[in-house]
Amino acid sequence: MRLDNLKSSKYSNMRSSVVNSFFALVFSLVLGAVFIWVTGYSPFETYKAIFGLSFSTIKGFALTLSQATPLMFTGIAFALAYKVKMINTGAEGQLYAGAMAAALVGAYVTNLPGIVHIPLALLVAFIAGGIIAGLVAIARVYTGASEIILTLMLNNVIILFTSYLANGPLKPEGSGVGQTERIADSARLMRLVPQTQLTIALLIVIAVAIIIQFMLDRTVFGYELKVTGNNRRAAEVAGINVSKISILTFALSGAIAGMGGAAMVLGVNYRFIEGFSSGYGFAGISIAALAAYSPFGVIPAAFLIGILRAGTITLSRTTSIPIEFVDVIQVLVIIFVAAPTMIRQILNIFKRITGKKKKNEIAGGEVQ
Amino acid sequence: MVEIVRMEKITKIYPGTVALDKVDFFLNEGEILSLLGENGAGKSTLMKILYGLTDPTSGDVYYHGEKINFRRPVDAIEKGICMVHQHFMLVPAFTVTENIIAGSEPGKNGFVDMRRARKEVRDLISQFKFNIDPDTKVENLSVGEQQRVEILKVLYRKADVIILDEPTAVLTPQEVDDLFVILRRLRAEGKSITIITHKLKETIALADRVMILRDGKLIRDDVDPSKVSTNQLSEMMVGREVDLQERRPAKNIGDVSLHVEGLTVEEDGKKKVNNVSLDVKAGEILGIAGVEGNGQTQLIEALTGLRRVDSMELLLNGEKITGASDGFLRAGIAHVPEDRLSMGLVKEMSIKENMILGYHREDDCCDRRGVLKRKEINDKGNRLKDQFLVKAPNVDAKIDELSGGNQQKVVIARAFSHNPKAIIIAHPTRGVDIGAMEYIHQQMIELRDKGAAILLISADLDEVKTLSDRLLIMFEGEIVSETMPGELTDIEMGLLMTGGHSMIEGE
Repeated sequence: MRLDNLKSSKYSNMRSSVVNSFFALVFSLVLGAVFIWVTGYSPFETYKAIFGLSFSTIKGFALTLSQATPLMFTGIAFALAYKVKMINTGAEGQLYAGAMAAALVGAYVTNLPGIVHIPLALLVAFIAGGIIAGLVAIARVYTGASEIILTLMLNNVIILFTSYLANGPLKPEGSGVGQTERIADSARLMRLVPQTQLTIALLIVIAVAIIIQFMLDRTVFGYELKVTGNNRRAAEVAGINVSKISILTFALSGAIAGMGGAAMVLGVNYRFIEGFSSGYGFAGISIAALAAYSPFGVIPAAFLIGILRAGTITLSRTTSIPIEFVDVIQVLVIIFVAAPTMIRQILNIFKRITGKKKKNEIAGGEVQ
Repeated sequence: MVEIVRMEKITKIYPGTVALDKVDFFLNEGEILSLLGENGAGKSTLMKILYGLTDPTSGDVYYHGEKINFRRPVDAIEKGICMVHQHFMLVPAFTVTENIIAGSEPGKNGFVDMRRARKEVRDLISQFKFNIDPDTKVENLSVGEQQRVEILKVLYRKADVIILDEPTAVLTPQEVDDLFVILRRLRAEGKSITIITHKLKETIALADRVMILRDGKLIRDDVDPSKVSTNQLSEMMVGREVDLQERRPAKNIGDVSLHVEGLTVEEDGKKKVNNVSLDVKAGEILGIAGVEGNGQTQLIEALTGLRRVDSMELLLNGEKITGASDGFLRAGIAHVPEDRLSMGLVKEMSIKENMILGYHREDDCCDRRGVLKRKEINDKGNRLKDQFLVKAPNVDAKIDELSGGNQQKVVIARAFSHNPKAIIIAHPTRGVDIGAMEYIHQQMIELRDKGAAILLISADLDEVKTLSDRLLIMFEGEIVSETMPGELTDIEMGLLMTGGHSMIEGE
């Protein structure tokens, strides 16, 4: 009996999701290359342009990380809500709400030292995102309204309302586009690499990932959250306040998305700009899936997607290859991640081929 | 007798366990073979190999004397070996005929020849006297009738060998009798039947021959059911003497511990529990027997704080308990829920995490800041796993990986180890094998003798009769009888459970 094989099922589970995500990436790059080649471009040139940027210079690397930072926030937000089996499709709206909140604190609360100003702006953004998501969760828990529909609708409300603010009452004089006043210097996030947009926002989001992961693995709240997510009825029998856990978790998810908006305002744009997000909220969904809904796994997953996104810049600047190929690859990644069985089957085919080879070799060896 | 199937030296190794160890198997034409064994003994695995659902690690399968190697069930079905699964695979919105032909529709040019299909199905039904309307939708059929549709599916595919996986698990006693009539009729038509089961009485009533597996090994393949008792069979199954019928009455019954008065629960305008009062004394097991759906679920939920009640006074050792389930748990009323997987356990989580569920806020599990004590939880999991004989590689194994009996042991271990003053136990041995059942009964008696007040709700009449020190019968939300066990015959109990209240009193 080889019972020790089962010893660490917890780790083998984790390993299998890492393996799964890894091969999803490999397969989509391979399949992406086929598409590129079929349409008459050079896969080598394309990948060189995409990955060259991130890995050839420090600045390129920093650009990738700064592109990935908001995705990390929204990815963690989605992954966390998913742990109580709730779907936060509202990260986009929460991101805008957090950004507007941070822009207001950054521009109108002045005469503060940076050490107070930055945390205050982040906190207000955190609260703004949290309240919005919390209200949705309350509606979900007490009336049974679908949180997916509510957040999707609210996204429009929030994005349009912040647009109104940026084009109306909060618009600086003489500005041609919808934006708010510049934030005070004391609210700007410190840069990690000079002359890039990579700021301490990256450290903040890594800290958030670590805290959330710790909360899930090591605290009573995280334990109750996992029980609630996996089996609500058993949670009730165990005396867990399921409604409270659901609402708090969803609010926390929204709060993290809100911080992502603040990071964009305080670290990149220095003001709220209408339409500043290039789909960060929705990209978070696929990143969370790629990370197998592990908050810490979101960090590398967002980095990988960040590479592709940053790659579009060089791709359009240095080649005539359509940047839509990057979207194709991203979509392929998601398709493969969503179909773990497909990956297992492909791997099995490979194994059978290589396995047969090995057998032949062994057989040949015996003959000799 | 002609041998139709032979399996030689079948070994199946799963990562971590040997499911089958050089098992030989044979099946004769026109016989009913009962494949008997506890959960995890390997009986399903053996049949899955025959049916082509899984490959043996080593060993050969012969069918009509010819060596075969089915890669998929379809290959087996083509040759006439079919399986009726425990969980039915029917489309509720389709008619009986549509379900039966699905997958092997008669027809030409891509059209289904429904006329031919209906005629074939009708002939089949009359040939085997199945008494079922081929044009009703499956969703309108009872469980027993649905099973007959599954058997018809198999017959439609011209099966000669029929394997039935736990066919009686979902049936009422009457439906079981009907099924046996059908199976005997199939045998008379020359079909060879294997039933996978762990029910002893049914085996003796039905089978021509009994084969017993234990821990992946063949114990006997030639038992004549007419010459053995259920006790002898269970001994062969478990490997030691088992006695589930022995009563061990309480010796130290104390004062009233759990006092319930005037409990009424209304649901959809109906009184599901109507003004029930009961007392459970320390050191006693109070049993509640009854047909399911007579208010037991609502009673349990009320007594564990899971449901708002219309009226109830609940005292535990003189103290009034109100509020939600966490309050009840903390006051010392433990709960073994009716359905372990949907209410008692989180199957995606580990044994140790499940061992603390509901007690995870106690000092031995977390500190004041709400951080879990990992080492303590691990130690506790290990201690309880050993103490309650949970068979698992380690405490990090997921509940999903355990057998039903071991899952139930986790629930029992958790509830029993937290020194409950009173405990509400519902269907503690449903779907567990004999070994686990005996063990759980022992544990309940031990807990009782330590002075806990135990309320046992069970649909298993034998269980309630054996364990209870006092026995209530519940019918339509009311307690209709209170007796000492043994005072009533099974027939009298059955009458009371189905509303024959006045008849007995009238005598």
